[in-house]
Amino acid sequence: MTQQTLQARRRTSLQTLRHGLSLSPEFRVGLPVTLLLALAATAGKAIIPIAIQRVMDDGLKGGTPDLPMIRTVVLWCTVAVLLTALSGYLMNVRLYRSSESGLATLRAKSFRHIHDLSVLTQNRERRGAMVSRVTSDIDQISAFMQWGGLMFIVMFGQVVVATVLMVIYSWQLALVVWACMLPMVFMLPRFQRWIAAAFTRVRELSGDTLSAISESVVGSAVVRAYGAEQRTAERVDTAITRQRDAQTRAQTIVGFTFPLTELVASVAVAAVVLIGARMGLDDSITMGELLAFLFLITLFVAPLQTATEVLNEAQNALAGWRRVLGVLDTPADVADPRDDGRVLERGPISVAFENVHFAYPGGEPVLRDVTVEIAPRSRVAIVGETGSGKTTFAKLLTRLMDPVSGRVTVDGTDLRDVRFSSLRERIVMVPQDGFLFDATLAENIRFGCPEAGDEEITLALTELGLADWLEGLPAGLATPVGQRGESLSAGERQLVALARAYLADPDLLLLDEATSAVDPATEVRLARALEGVTRGRTAVSIAHRLSTAEAADEVLVFDKGVLVQRGSHEDLVVRPGVYADLHASWVTAARS
Amino acid sequence: MATKVSSAVMRRGLRVIGVAVRSEPAVFTGAVVASAVYGVMTVATSWALGWATESVVIPAFERGEFETGAAVATVAFILGVAMLKALGVVGRRVLAGILQYRMQARSRGALSKQFLKLPLSWHHRHPTGQLLSHAASDVEAAWAPLAPLPMAVGVVVMLLTAAGGILITDPVLALVGFLIFPALAVLNLIYQRRLSPLATRAQELRGEVSEVAHESFEGALVVKTLGREDSEAERFRRKTEALRDANVAVGRVRGMFDPLLEALPTLGVLAVLFVGSVRLSNSAITADELVQVSYLFLLLAFPVRALGWVLAELPRSVVGWTRVQEVLDAVGSMEYGTAELDRAGPARLSVEEVSFGYAPGLAVLNGVTFTAEPGRTLAIVGPTGSGKSTLTQLMIRLIDPDAGAVRLDGADLRDLRHGTVSDHAALVLQQTFLFDDTVRGNIALGLSTEDEDVWAALRLAQADGFVSALPQGLDTKVGERGASLSGGQRQRLALARALVRSPRLLILDDATSSVDPQVERRILTGLRERAEGSTVVVVAYRMATIALADEVVYLEHGEVADHGRHEDLIGRCEGYRNLVTAYEREEAERASIDADDEVMA
Repeated sequence: MTQQTLQARRRTSLQTLRHGLSLSPEFRVGLPVTLLLALAATAGKAIIPIAIQRVMDDGLKGGTPDLPMIRTVVLWCTVAVLLTALSGYLMNVRLYRSSESGLATLRAKSFRHIHDLSVLTQNRERRGAMVSRVTSDIDQISAFMQWGGLMFIVMFGQVVVATVLMVIYSWQLALVVWACMLPMVFMLPRFQRWIAAAFTRVRELSGDTLSAISESVVGSAVVRAYGAEQRTAERVDTAITRQRDAQTRAQTIVGFTFPLTELVASVAVAAVVLIGARMGLDDSITMGELLAFLFLITLFVAPLQTATEVLNEAQNALAGWRRVLGVLDTPADVADPRDDGRVLERGPISVAFENVHFAYPGGEPVLRDVTVEIAPRSRVAIVGETGSGKTTFAKLLTRLMDPVSGRVTVDGTDLRDVRFSSLRERIVMVPQDGFLFDATLAENIRFGCPEAGDEEITLALTELGLADWLEGLPAGLATPVGQRGESLSAGERQLVALARAYLADPDLLLLDEATSAVDPATEVRLARALEGVTRGRTAVSIAHRLSTAEAADEVLVFDKGVLVQRGSHEDLVVRPGVYADLHASWVTAARS
Repeated sequence: MATKVSSAVMRRGLRVIGVAVRSEPAVFTGAVVASAVYGVMTVATSWALGWATESVVIPAFERGEFETGAAVATVAFILGVAMLKALGVVGRRVLAGILQYRMQARSRGALSKQFLKLPLSWHHRHPTGQLLSHAASDVEAAWAPLAPLPMAVGVVVMLLTAAGGILITDPVLALVGFLIFPALAVLNLIYQRRLSPLATRAQELRGEVSEVAHESFEGALVVKTLGREDSEAERFRRKTEALRDANVAVGRVRGMFDPLLEALPTLGVLAVLFVGSVRLSNSAITADELVQVSYLFLLLAFPVRALGWVLAELPRSVVGWTRVQEVLDAVGSMEYGTAELDRAGPARLSVEEVSFGYAPGLAVLNGVTFTAEPGRTLAIVGPTGSGKSTLTQLMIRLIDPDAGAVRLDGADLRDLRHGTVSDHAALVLQQTFLFDDTVRGNIALGLSTEDEDVWAALRLAQADGFVSALPQGLDTKVGERGASLSGGQRQRLALARALVRSPRLLILDDATSSVDPQVERRILTGLRERAEGSTVVVVAYRMATIALADEVVYLEHGEVADHGRHEDLIGRCEGYRNLVTAYEREEAERASIDADDEVMA
């Protein structure tokens, strides 16, 4: 299994940039003005060298300073500096506002799209990777836009302004400076690659450290139960040491490459002083111009020093952007027809499978030619061994996946033509591992029906025969369930998940081993409650406890992807076949 | 939460830095010395330029002279200073990095050891995510000021050197410097004071955005099956908009102060040019000194900000450090005795008047008493939420009872030496946990075992079949949390982990729930027929499992409602009967309804 399975179209950096910008139109709002302001802010860097040159050449000419002239120069320069600062402020604010708005839109879009992806696509991805798409990847773009990208423009401008002034003062010396700096310009991408590789390693090892430490937290019970503290501590220590060494290595590379630029700049300064002084002998340059040159060289140092960092950020931002666009490019293969879809009437529901085939991409068929009808108001049990296709059947019935061929219909309409909002209202599935949100019990149950008040929730729990259980909870409905519901026991989590679906009041309720961790008495009580109140409702259950099958109107038996038997429990149990075998082995396990 | 650079935060922040200095005195000293070299050499760069102006440039332009000796000396001066400065920078950066990373590694090591040491009850009270963020971001925040710290010290040296230099050159020009640089420092301080709460807020919101995304994607199936994508998208959008506004607020402050901080030294240079010209006309200074001081201002402008960086990191550092320290200072680690157990063969487990609650006043178990005699199998049965899992955790001292005692062969678990309980007893938890390690590593868990023993345990757990089919057999990595295996396979490995130890007491907490009934049956029969024999405690719902037990303890609301042989309980205990015969009664009732229907018909 690869980590990157979301199908990104291959794009060049420029295409990525263009496509990315087009998805967040906010970026471009007022961009020309922002760029003009950036230009003004950059041009401000030339003020000092110009001031030096003017004061030296004109103000101090002839030994006695021309004070009024110097005052005028200094005054104008001060005004220019203040204007530069103002441009800088306006540019920053505009840039932050447009980039943050654009990125907020992108975050929201990607988040929604991830939820729209099919279960199949979602399950191929690690959860953490999907979270990164809407968090750190976008943060990287943001960092680049607000610092790296801006720096790139400003720094580039700075080098251009410096070069232009240098050429005006003396093209020979400008050549000298460029001759000194050029090797650095060529070396920088190589440095950046080293640094990037070193930091990638650091990131990987940081991940290792964190997962090692997380084992000592998440697995705390196992570690203690088996006295494995020593071993766990050693594993964590190894990871921490490896991370520290990689960090030190990366920092050393940065430490050694960083001052190189300044070293090279000092060579340029020395060369300019020597050559400039020689040129001064035959008056081909003025002293002010030469001194201005020395100040201009400093304008080269900062851009080259930050260049590796800027390049790094640019690369990270592009990579992040590519990944985000990759998510948005991934088709929501089980798509909501939205406004084109039909809205179905509520009421007794009939579902039919017509010659349905299903196979996972590149895999063996897991469901073959299934044709079956589920009548309104019936109670259907689905049984079969692990891997027989039961869960696939459930996922097709709830349109978490679409069949490869054939069709699934609800009240005669193809599921693919039904609007999701209508479909999810009518058909609800309770999965085996009922995920709970880190909120109160009431909020979790209300997830099934946002309008429900506390009385309705209490009523639902009472109808399910869970009033006693509710009373035993420390804070009743306000009891916090903890992260993923971990403050409750596994069986209690299933009760909440069931109540949540029950409150949603669908026309068809599908239970996928939804009570596997609940005690038998409660399970039977739940089953009976569901029957009792669901006169108009169709109930489909996948269960490994065949008691469910015994109570059902009809049993569908799957074996190796084929619907091999169907009928009532009483009929099937006396007929030799898959069901009779399954039932016999269950009876020995449960009742011997 | 402390977010402003108040004097209290400063004091505490300096104390945190003090800890680092005391822990790594050599590295810290090295970094500071290197940084001081860098500071002095930065100022010397301007002296070199002044020297160059005086000895090469001015003679050439004003007198048309060019002395090779002076030229060579100038070049040597410029390059020499640059080399020393570069060395200072290398030393400062590399050593500052080492200092920071070593402290991070120390803190992480200490934290993880403490995580391992603190009792499970402490872990119950602290969410996983929080503990992991202590180890990741809080540790990082705590030591973040160490990166710019040596630079800041170097800057102080730099400023002192510069001040001395300018004072010698011209007291009046020095006055300009004494106005500009303190102003720069004050501006920086105001900047950081205004920025830090906003930056902290943005950071918190970033965390919240991530939390919402994480939870929502983890519950993606529930969101989908209940058709709640829109409301989830709305929940996420509210957070991203809050984050956007917080980031824009940060941007506003940055946008204002960054250009100001850049403008101030520039204005300083202009002031130097003007004041310097006046002084030049009074012949108080020379032109090269004017150049030198202007250049110095330009050189100092950027490094001076390092003082602000340290300040900016202090509040976060204090918060991070405090959180880490709270974990390290947490008490209530389990006390261990010195007693040993030297018996062989099945153990005797007795639970005496045990009471336990996760929160005060809410008892999960209340006065539970029973004994599992050596070699016997005891089933614990009870409704959902009756305290069964908690009871199993008390049996191997993952938690200690609030009252009463748990004894192994008569010894109170609390009197036993650390590690003794796990040498004699093994618990297979309801929720399987596998490490990101090989199959062998997961089963041995640090125990030195022969492969034969591992295979024997796998056979007993009915896991030998699928393990031998794995690409690298015992050496196959199972992935994070055993992601590459199915639920039933994970459970069987967890079972083998317990069995390979041949525990004298084996406790199974609903540990075969994901295993097919037939396979479970084979496992349980295998257990019973095992030669060495153990005392076995099983939490179970299935009749097949209960039927293997010699005795049953029936729990209700955390109390032993009845205790005895299955046959006896079924006769006299209504709750028990209702629970274990639920399916049969269900079937019987249905049959009778059907019969009635037939009679009616």
